Amino acid sequence: MEDDAPVIYGLEFQARALTPQTAETDAIRFLVGTQSLKYDNQIHIIDFDDENNIINKNVLLHQVGEIWHISTSPADKGVLATCYNRTSDSRVLTCAAVWRMPKELESGSHESPDDSSSTAQTLELLCHLDNTAHGNMACVAWEPMGDGKKVISLADNHILLWDLQASSSQAVLASSASLEGRGQLKLTSGRWSPHHNCTQVATANDTTLRGWDTRSMSQIYCIENAHGQLVRDLDFNPNKQYYLASCGDDCKVKFWDTRNVTEPVKTLEEHSHWVWNVRYNHSHDQLVLTGSSDSRVILSNMVSISSEPFGHLVDDDDVSDQEDHQPEEKSKEPLQDNVIATYEEHEDSVYAVEWSSADPWLFASLSYDGRLVINRVPRALKYHILL
Amino acid sequence: MAAGPVHGSGPGDSPEGPEAEAPERRRKAHGMLKLYYGLSEGEAAGRPAGPDPLDPTDLNGAHFDPEVYLDKLRRECPLAQLMDSETDMVRQIRALDSDMQTLVYENYNKFISATDTIRKMKNDFRKMEDEMDRLATNMAVITDFSARISATLQDRHERITKLAGVHALLRKLQFLFELPSRLTKCVELGAYGQAVRYQGRAQAVLQQYQHLPSFRAIQDDCQVITARLVQQLRQRFREGGSGAPEQAECVELLLALGEPAEELCEEFLAHARGRLEEELRSLEAELGPSPPAPDVLEFTDHGGSGFVGGLCQVAAAYQELFAAQGPAGAEKLAAFARELGGRYFALVERRLAQEQGGGDNSLLVRALDRFHRRLRAPGALLAAAGLAEAATEIVERVARERLGHHLQGLRVAFLGCLTDVRQALAAPRLAGKEGPGLAELLANVASSILSHIKASLAAVHLFTAKEVSFSNKPYFRGEFCSQGVREGLIVGFIRSMCQTAQSFCDSPGEKGGATPPALLLLLSRLCLDYETATISYILTLTDEQFLVQDQSPVTPVSTLCAEARETARRLLTHYVKVQGLVISQMLRKSVETRDWLSTLEPRNVRAVMKRVVEDTTAIDVQVGLLYEEGVRKAQSSDSSKRTFSVYSSSRQQGRYAPSYTPSAPMDTNLLSNIQKLFSERIDVFSPVEFNKVSVLTGIIKISLKTLLECVRLRTFGRFGLQQVQVDCHFLQLYLWRFVADEELVHLLLDEVVASAALRCPDPVPMEPSVVEVICERG
Repeated sequence: MEDDAPVIYGLEFQARALTPQTAETDAIRFLVGTQSLKYDNQIHIIDFDDENNIINKNVLLHQVGEIWHISTSPADKGVLATCYNRTSDSRVLTCAAVWRMPKELESGSHESPDDSSSTAQTLELLCHLDNTAHGNMACVAWEPMGDGKKVISLADNHILLWDLQASSSQAVLASSASLEGRGQLKLTSGRWSPHHNCTQVATANDTTLRGWDTRSMSQIYCIENAHGQLVRDLDFNPNKQYYLASCGDDCKVKFWDTRNVTEPVKTLEEHSHWVWNVRYNHSHDQLVLTGSSDSRVILSNMVSISSEPFGHLVDDDDVSDQEDHQPEEKSKEPLQDNVIATYEEHEDSVYAVEWSSADPWLFASLSYDGRLVINRVPRALKYHILL
Repeated sequence: MAAGPVHGSGPGDSPEGPEAEAPERRRKAHGMLKLYYGLSEGEAAGRPAGPDPLDPTDLNGAHFDPEVYLDKLRRECPLAQLMDSETDMVRQIRALDSDMQTLVYENYNKFISATDTIRKMKNDFRKMEDEMDRLATNMAVITDFSARISATLQDRHERITKLAGVHALLRKLQFLFELPSRLTKCVELGAYGQAVRYQGRAQAVLQQYQHLPSFRAIQDDCQVITARLVQQLRQRFREGGSGAPEQAECVELLLALGEPAEELCEEFLAHARGRLEEELRSLEAELGPSPPAPDVLEFTDHGGSGFVGGLCQVAAAYQELFAAQGPAGAEKLAAFARELGGRYFALVERRLAQEQGGGDNSLLVRALDRFHRRLRAPGALLAAAGLAEAATEIVERVARERLGHHLQGLRVAFLGCLTDVRQALAAPRLAGKEGPGLAELLANVASSILSHIKASLAAVHLFTAKEVSFSNKPYFRGEFCSQGVREGLIVGFIRSMCQTAQSFCDSPGEKGGATPPALLLLLSRLCLDYETATISYILTLTDEQFLVQDQSPVTPVSTLCAEARETARRLLTHYVKVQGLVISQMLRKSVETRDWLSTLEPRNVRAVMKRVVEDTTAIDVQVGLLYEEGVRKAQSSDSSKRTFSVYSSSRQQGRYAPSYTPSAPMDTNLLSNIQKLFSERIDVFSPVEFNKVSVLTGIIKISLKTLLECVRLRTFGRFGLQQVQVDCHFLQLYLWRFVADEELVHLLLDEVVASAALRCPDPVPMEPSVVEVICERG
């Protein structure tokens, strides 16, 4: 099996939104949301059959508008949230809503062999995250490892914490916080930390990174001028509670220790244009994926600042989903940080990269022209990390 | 008289010899005759007859051949001349014959008179023999008499000899008896030397005859006096003030008196120590807590004449006096010298440390030279004390520190230059006019740095000057030149220069632009100039001035050049980033802050686009001051007249990988720019080359890519799209001339317009002709 060959899937619309189906841990499944102003937008549910190297897809119609951001519930495979543009009376408003996909699409590829776009199904609206008072929704983030009841959304300069009640059919604004300051502050991105009992959220606005406590909705830390220009995205290290990665328009990826925010722990400067996305691998936090508008996806090996600086340490949480893991420990030389691979399958700017929630060695990247590429971590490295 | 027979035999020999030898012999005979009559060869040669001795026609020549001569005469001469020469020859022959006869007669007379003389001598000798015989007999009689007289006087002679012996003995005894009084007198008069000599002479005898009571008494007396003498000598020795030579004399006398050498040498050294410490104290006082009054040269002079001179005297005296002490004594002296030398060195080093900050290298080098030269004498005297080595070490250390000081100085000078440039860049901007000639500033910086480097080299070069005593030490011949000057100073400076320059790239204040872009540009050019010429020039200069004999590895020119080039490249790239960012921010704000959905129909090019073009032009001018034009691709005939190919359709799929899964029917309205699929990927922040076009291309790429990304984040109304169209066309009109490949600008702008069209729910593009009209009007 030509293991390392990328698998490419083309959408007919522009697309920016990509997410793995977080609640799914067996099948490799990604959701892609399209952006079209003239046609009905779609959500493509893309199943990847790892053994046969085949992609199966199902299309859901998302008629309310073009999708800018998409995220899935960590508890319920069928529930997802989107941020979408609604254009009315020469005004554009970005709203957010929680949806449920049809039951039969939740878990698996029941796709009929014939072309299924004609039989595109629609999403069932669960609730709106009402933002009339707060402005444009930039993104929605689910509480990780939670029961799918808590959602954070970013609207202009507000952070809104929602409680989803009555099986998500009702969204109640639990608490909120807002940035105060000169000029138009606009939150661009936010992530929910998986550590500290999921009580921390980090957000980015302009060049600043901020950490928030969701219990009191107060600011914990603030990294001013984290990047020379706009910060585009951030991500928490899944294994080291104080570590955070960020990327931005200065073409850099920076790694932070939130206990000491004066200096980044590490800076990568591999991309030649804005870096839109940075993602830690869910299990092996030395693997860091970045997507950039230079149309490249770069997979880096940040061993020195990972939780496994001297090779793999046995950690039950980490290995729960790996059957082939060898628990015996070998003492290894500390590895060097390096770029593992640069993926150049995209022709246009890459706005989203995501690791699969099921297979820690597999990731997808999405470029503006609607091309989704599924790649794997090189085998040699995989075995090097595992053994 | 002896020449007679020779003369006689000469003419006789010649006719009998073999025919071949004849001319040779005749010439020899001629030569002898000439010799005898005092005719020099020169006179003979002076005759007009024959300049060529080999000419067979030369009558007087050695190779005269009568046949040839006759032939010649007969052939050449007319009859009259022939007759003349015949008479002439006959006359000559006759004259010769008569000459020969005269000679024979004269010699014959002389021979006869000689024979008479010999006969007379024979008679005289016979008479003399008789007289000698008589003399012999008389002598025999005298000898006989003399023997008889000797025998008679023998007896008396023996008695006289005995008496003389007794007399001498008595004289000696008298000396012994008088010794105590003499010694006392000597001691009283202070003639210690005399006293010691007397004592020395008497000592042995007294020792030998001490069993005799009278002698014992004398000896006792002497010992008492000697003890007193020793006392007095010691006293004098201890008082000490009288200087090293007198002390040495005292010690010498004491030694002669048999005092224990061990103790004496201890005492001697203790005294010397006192004196030398005095010197050191005075030196320390000069050092002072407050300003060092005398300059360093004077200080080392004082140290050299006072302390080192004293040490030399002590060492020389000691070695002379206590040579008998053997290695133990030498060791003691060495330890002594080592200790005091160490203190002296400490003082010198303190003084030199005060000098470190100063600028005058020549004074320092001269001081060091004196210092080092002075210590060579004690160094030779006391090889074991290692003074010369220690001195060399100090000199080396000072030299090293000096190099460090110069390196620091160069760094400071460089930073100073940069500050000047900053000020120069900032000042005219206040006056409202653009750059005062970046090229001039660059030249100023370059020349000022170069002159600083040369000054440093010259200053450091003093250390290796031939007349300086330490310049031939291995350190100064090898390591100092290669590791110190070349590596430490020059290479170190170039490296630090590159680092300083690079640090401008890493400055965290990317946003504020703490470094003026013009400075980045200037530094980049400076580094590039270093790469192309200056580095190799400086290193060649260094290698010439400091003939490096050391084999230790040195940084090759190429490595340094590569570093400088890398620095230049980084600076220029950073410049592109900074300038690109400035324009990008302008474009981004302009796209983000506008409400594109409800905008009105475009009538003008937006002001921000004009601003972009203006700024780009300004950058173009600025870069043009320092960098060459560079190459651009051949331009199409009329680039401004092209239309946007936004709505060409038909999506290309050929390049997609095999596993591409085709999805639903193609949306023909999708952006499908064939050009884009086949053209090179555009590296936005790609490294730039060292020319203007490349720099400008980089800046424009960054700006346009930003525009593209910003446009994609917005939603446009119909007129919004048209405004974008107008703006892009305007940029197209003015930006193409700056870039290497105008296709690039087309491509990016096409993409911007295409993206805007995609982000427009109601895409109705403006007529290209209208766009052109608006742009031309704007």
